[in-house]
Order: sequence, then structure tokens, then C-alpha cells
Amino acid sequence: MKYYSAAVASVLMTLAGAATADVTLTVLIDDNADTSATMQALTERYSELHPDVSFDIEVRPGGSDGDNIVKTRLATGEMADIFNYNSGSLFQALNPTKTLADLSDLPSQANVIDSFKSVVSAEGKVYGIPVGSAMGGGIFYNRKVYADLGLSVPMTWADFMANNAKVAEAGLTPVATTFGATWTSQLFVLADYFNVQIAEPDFAERYTANQAKYATSPAAMRGFEHLQEVFEAGYMNADFGAATYDEGVAMVANGDAAHYPMLTFALGNIVQNMPELLPDVGFFAQPGDDAAQNGLTVWMPGGMYISAASPHIEEAKGFLDFVATVEGCDIQTAANGFQGPYLIKGCTAPDDIPAAVADMMPYFETEGRTAPALEFLSPIKGPALEQITVEVGSGIRSAADAAALYDQDVEKQAKQLGLPNW
Amino acid sequence: MTRKSPYPLWFVAPAAIIFSVLFLVPTLASFWFSLTRWDLFNAQFIGLENYEQFFKEPFLIKGLFNTVFFAAVTSALKTTLGLLLAVLLTSGIFAQGFLRVLVFFPVLVSTIGVGITFSKLMHPTKGAINVALAAIGIDGPGWLTDPALALFSVALVDVWKGIGLATLIYIAGLASISPEYYEAARIDGATRRQMFWRITVPLVRPATVTVITLSMIGGLRSFDIIWAMTKGGPGFSSDVLASVIYKQYQAGFYGLSTAGNVILFLLIAGIMLPLTARLNRKEVEQ
Repeated sequence: MKYYSAAVASVLMTLAGAATADVTLTVLIDDNADTSATMQALTERYSELHPDVSFDIEVRPGGSDGDNIVKTRLATGEMADIFNYNSGSLFQALNPTKTLADLSDLPSQANVIDSFKSVVSAEGKVYGIPVGSAMGGGIFYNRKVYADLGLSVPMTWADFMANNAKVAEAGLTPVATTFGATWTSQLFVLADYFNVQIAEPDFAERYTANQAKYATSPAAMRGFEHLQEVFEAGYMNADFGAATYDEGVAMVANGDAAHYPMLTFALGNIVQNMPELLPDVGFFAQPGDDAAQNGLTVWMPGGMYISAASPHIEEAKGFLDFVATVEGCDIQTAANGFQGPYLIKGCTAPDDIPAAVADMMPYFETEGRTAPALEFLSPIKGPALEQITVEVGSGIRSAADAAALYDQDVEKQAKQLGLPNW
Repeated sequence: MTRKSPYPLWFVAPAAIIFSVLFLVPTLASFWFSLTRWDLFNAQFIGLENYEQFFKEPFLIKGLFNTVFFAAVTSALKTTLGLLLAVLLTSGIFAQGFLRVLVFFPVLVSTIGVGITFSKLMHPTKGAINVALAAIGIDGPGWLTDPALALFSVALVDVWKGIGLATLIYIAGLASISPEYYEAARIDGATRRQMFWRITVPLVRPATVTVITLSMIGGLRSFDIIWAMTKGGPGFSSDVLASVIYKQYQAGFYGLSTAGNVILFLLIAGIMLPLTARLNRKEVEQ
């Protein structure tokens, strides 16, 4: 059947007078503009090198709708040959040992940095290669607003709130808030993990073992409290309940808002949608209570994976092997600009890097100023966090209540994963 | 009470097979899967743990309340407004046919399309509704972002979309009332109000039963309009049973979401069986 349809395809190709493509690999990607730019550039270059391989790219929504599509298509064997998806705890929830092709023996894995391999591995096998660069979770700020108001980058949460007060006085929105895209509400909680692990170095371990809880750990609860403080101070934009992610990025880039808590992948959005504003945007880590202990919570990039049900696993591996090379990095840099350190040995930064990335690089260059986000240290992430953080950020639920509710959500996920001690 | 079917077995077999494969087997299978931890590959029997977990869901009580609230509000509005519209549209007013088309038209539009359109219209700062209100000096509320208002706003949109069907059923019901009753009442000197309450309302009862039944079932299991407009938010404030179930499914908790579906099935059956029995009995008594 496979040969038959391939034969039909090649006859059609010949009739159409197009170059014969022996294999068409299907690719499922998320709907971010920068993901699409990256994949276009990578696949075009690969087809130049291998004229017998062509690609058919399909776009899916992000957030929990996207999780649903990926899980269901994998489970029913309808997944595209190649797809991109988060690494870490969301990757673990895909049931990788059954649904994904083993990429442990991919030649380019030799150059992939071990810290990335560990977040796309299950039962000792590696299932993904990195696409994009390591990211920081923190706060974007508008450099023009900071210059006009004479503000400096805050090293403690109190400094950050003092800056917000001055921004509000000047009649601008202090914190762009975009609960129209519910996932964006989680940042204050997730990006606070550097500060959590300063206070409780073994939090991740004890959390996974059902010993540490958000509700009973003052350090872990701080993230929820921050969200509540920002809401209570009235520092959000008027349409915070309906604004979308794209609008949030635009607000901090054009100076309507001073801050936007987000992962640095938003730089790709700026490069694609408003490149002229890139120099106006800076970035800092979410500050904690102690200026001497200031550091960045780091996200691993998403991975590229191959469905175990794909009829073209070998051809797909060839493409992934190409993506995980220095040339692959350079193509990504050309498509979206340099957004942070790559997870592939030998990849380098270009000479001119965006201001926000220049703000972020020092954290990576100093020992002890970065910590991975919790979702890369523990397989458990409760699925309802984004609704719970919307509640706290909209004044519907208190931080303490929310932390306790999230603990229940975490318990549900842990039971579903069949973890011991739960 | 069993009486012999007038049809031979081979005549009903195709329908019976389709019914078994597509409805009976999946329904029975869902009872089994609701007792398991299921990732679509393996189902591990865990007894009633899913039900226990589902009833522990902190948003479940809210979701249950919202489900009943949504069904009651939409059903009540569709019944009353539907009847009034039907009376208006059978009264021989100007452009009656065209107006009937207008009322019925939203029924034909895709629910998701309606949901997305209204969520734009109800945007707190840029939506047409609040922009219009601002023009006359009213500071419009966050229709979908205010937790106290979100579900009610969705219910109103659902009524707008569904009222055409209720009106259509009522128009058919009104047409079946013999004009002689009205004539007799008029001769006896009845007012229009008296005719409405004493003739129209009682005699249109079969249509009322149909409208209430359909809109209650529709309201209890409604999901698409809510998901398109609020996704159950802000937070959990407009979650109904169906959206709680969908979120379990989204998270990959397939056994748990199946248990939720069994509960939804029992809830709908538990409300609708006594309700229809009661409505139909009264009809017979008359």
C-alpha cells in the first residue's frame, strides 16, 4: 500500500513537472510565528541538501488545546512523522517509551548537552533533540520607559514593586497581564523557582516524593503571593482578563506597559512581528527577597520528536540529525535572531545580539546564578495551574488558598503518573 | 405488555447492529473504563478511585451548580421569550415571514462561530458592546472577565442562538390551536390578556413540554458555547460539568474523564426522567 501510494505520488509529481520527491515528511508544529519561521528555514535548507526529501508542515494551537492534540494524535497513531513539543514534565506525560522513536543512537546526540538530554529521556533512552535555545523565565521591561522614568533594574521584589509604583504614577501600565491566554498567568509562580531553591535546595526532590507542598512552604508560596500583590496594587492593564499573549508582547515592546512577565522565547515574537522595537526591550530575572541572591530560572527549549508510528522513521532521523548541528543552530539564529545559549556544543552567538539577550547572558556566565525550572526537575506539573493563577491574578482566590488547591492538582497528576509515595 | 413487533428480524438487524456498535458497546465500555487508570494504551483497574477523585475535584461542586444554573436560566428564557416571539410572529405583523427568518437564523450558525464572535463583541475595553455603552457614558462591565457575570453572559448568548428553535416549535404549537376557541372567547368578551393566559398557554402545552425538554437537555450538556467563549474561566467561574470533564481529558486523565461522563449521564437521566414523566402525565390528565 505504501509503495503503491508512493508510486502514484511520483507519477503525479512527474506529470506536474515538479522535481521528484521520494519522501514527504509531515511535521506538526505549534502556532508561534517564530516556530514557523524556524521550521521553514530548517526544512528548506534540508530539502536543498536532500532533494529527495520534502516536507508538509501543519500548525496546531499552543497551550492545553495543543497538549490535547499532541497526546490524542500520538495515542491514536495519527501523529505527523515529526513534531515539536515541550521537554521536561510535559514530555514525560506523552508516554514516550510507547509513542516516540528512540533517538539515542542519532550521531548528532554526541554534541547535545547532557542537561538537555536528561529532559527528553525516559527509561534511559533519549527521544528528542533541542530546537531553539535555553530560555530565561523572568520579566521583560521597556528600556525607554526605564530611561524616561530614571528606573534601574530591580534586584529585589520590593524594588520591583517600587518601580511599578513610579510607572503607575506616570500613567503607564506597570505589568502587562494577558489572561486571555491563560498559560501566561503562570509566570510569576514558575519563574520564581530560582528563589524557591535558594531557600529550600531540596524542594524538587521532596516535592516529587510527596513531602514538600506549596501550601506549607513559605518560599514556594511567594510566587502566588506576588501575583496577588500585583493585582491588589492595581498594576495590570484594564483588559487583563481578555488580552492575549501577542498583545502582551506588543505592550512591553511599544512602551504601553513597563513590564511583561514571560519566557525569553517572546523575543522570537518581537523579531517576527515588530523587529524595529527589539532594541527597546530588556530583560531581568524575577527578583526575590535578597539582592545578594539574584538569579534566573531557566527553561530548556522544546524538543523535536519522531512518532513511533511514523512510516518514515529513518528519513525523519536524517532531518533531526541535521537540525542538531552547528549549521542547524546558525539557521535558527538567521531566522529568529539569537535568543540565548544553544544546547548543542560548538554553537556560538553572533556579534550583535538583542539587548534583552545581552541582559540575560551574564546569568548563564556566572556559576550559581541559574536554576532549572521545577518542570525540568520533577515529572509532576498540575494541569490546572493556569486556571488557579488566573484566579489569584484576578482577585478571585487568595494566594494561600491557591497554593493549597494547586497541591491537590499536583496530587492528581502524580497519581495518574503512578509515582511511588502518592 | 410486550407485543409482537410487526417487523421481521432481518428488517431491524441493520439498525440494531449500528446502534450496538456505535452506541451500546461504547456506553458499556465507558462504564468499564471509568473504573480504570487509562492512558489509551493500558487500563489498570482501580475500582471506584476515579469517582472518589472526581467528587473531590474542588471545582466540581461549582461546576455542578453552574450546570444546573445554566440549564435553568437558558431553558426558562427560551421558553418564555420563545412563546412571546411566537405569539408576535403569528399575529400577522408587517414582514412576518422575514422576521421569522431573522429569529431563526442564529440557529443555523455554527456555535463556535457565535461564541468567538460574541467573545470579541464582549471584550472589556475594545468590544463593540462596551464601546457603545461608553459612547452613552456607561462604563460597561467585563462581560466575560468578571467572574460573577461570565456564565450569565454566556447563557444570554446561548439564548440568542437557541431561541429560534423554541420559537419555531411554538409557532407550530400555536398553529394547531383551533381559531374557534378565540372566536368563542371574543364573543364572551374576553380580553387579549385573558385569551393568552386561558387559551394560548394551556393549549400550547405540548410545545412547551418539547421546548423545556430540549432546552434542559441542551443546557445540561452544553459545552461548545462555553468553551468557545470562556473556556470555563476566568479561573473556574464558568466551568460546567462538561468543561470540567473535558479538562480532565485534556490533561490525559482518560479514566477520570470517563468517570465524569458517567456522572453527567446519570445526572441528566436523573433530572430529565422525572421531569418528562411529570410533564407528560399532566398532559394526559388534561
